[in-house]
Amino acid sequence: MRLITHNMLSCNIKGVTNGFPLRIEAGNVIKKEVDFNPDFIRHMFAKLEWKALVEGARSMGYAELPEDSPDAAVLESDESFLKKLHHALLELHLEEGALVCPETGRKFPVNKGIPNMLLHEDEV
Amino acid sequence: MANRPELLAPPEIFYDETEARKYTSSSRIVDIQAKLSERALELLALPEDGVPRFLLDIGCGSGLSGETISEYGHHWLGLDISASMLNVAVEREVEGDLLLGDMGQGLGLRPGVIDGAISISAVQWLCNADKTSHEPRLRLKAFFGSLYRCLSRGARAVFQVYPENIKQRELILRQALQAGFGGGLVVDYPHSTKKRKEFLVLTCGSVQTSIQTGKNECDEGCSEDDFSEDEESGMVSMSDRNRPRKRQKPNKKGKTREWILRKKEQSRRKGNDVPADSKYTGRKRKSCF
Repeated sequence: MRLITHNMLSCNIKGVTNGFPLRIEAGNVIKKEVDFNPDFIRHMFAKLEWKALVEGARSMGYAELPEDSPDAAVLESDESFLKKLHHALLELHLEEGALVCPETGRKFPVNKGIPNMLLHEDEV
Repeated sequence: MANRPELLAPPEIFYDETEARKYTSSSRIVDIQAKLSERALELLALPEDGVPRFLLDIGCGSGLSGETISEYGHHWLGLDISASMLNVAVEREVEGDLLLGDMGQGLGLRPGVIDGAISISAVQWLCNADKTSHEPRLRLKAFFGSLYRCLSRGARAVFQVYPENIKQRELILRQALQAGFGGGLVVDYPHSTKKRKEFLVLTCGSVQTSIQTGKNECDEGCSEDDFSEDEESGMVSMSDRNRPRKRQKPNKKGKTREWILRKKEQSRRKGNDVPADSKYTGRKRKSCF
């Protein structure tokens, strides 16, 4: 699972109001190279929750992203920033670990890179 | 298929390891899935600006449809309930992220993050109650509601479905409407029982471009069923422009040229290869034939 997906996932348990972002417990993180496309990164930037991304990246061992969300000028001109964002979003894979709901503490295990988001009968 | 898989077992049990492998190694299925995915992507009408988008593949299974999405240059997130199918996807090293989840429990995605969603041969599984705690209507509601929320404005969802009967199709349509979607049903090759494929095209937010008409061999309009939000009665209006006409039996003198031409036209509409009509069509042959 990559950070681009983690940034969109929220806990779906009935009654939970603050299920985003899920905390990452990283067991095994690997890096896989992906072709860099600046247009895609700019397109996705508008949808990202920046703080969640920075925290998530740090849990996966990548601390190069700036704390504050950069403004539009940086997006247009600064290619090194875009490359860092690309690396964080698309190239870091969480293979083994867990995602933890911030409100209930419920753990969603991650195996072979696939998070198990199936809810139990009483959580629906 | 002789038996519909939905009637045999719930999807996470039907698609066990053996079935998952069988499904993915059948070249016929791989081919069909590729064609259906291409058509679904076409119907998504993503802007042609060369910017890759982030799509959702619902019921992604072993990643057959996801591979088509990657081929078109987009990034994707796949959801499926069968761990065995997802394991095959991991083996095939698909480029999208995979989630093990039940679409009937809601998608659990933040609002407005998805640029488009496709689903190939998956949504009909929602219509069967596989556990005593399941109520299909509630599951469909959870699914469509969460899908509507996570799609960005102007994004579309395209589902290729195999509804068991009209009731099932109407159930799916009604739940989609209630969630706030607009859209229509696109039917390719409506006259051919073998080639016929149905695509449910849902839109949220304003619709800028019109929805394509279904494919057909000749240029006649084909049965395209539009529905619009009718809040009072919640009705879905369907129109069938192509009623079957009475066939003309060959008269006592033998098969007339007119009859032959009509039969050839019918065959063309089904999508078969038919020789072109000429002055020789239906011409009286010499007695030795």
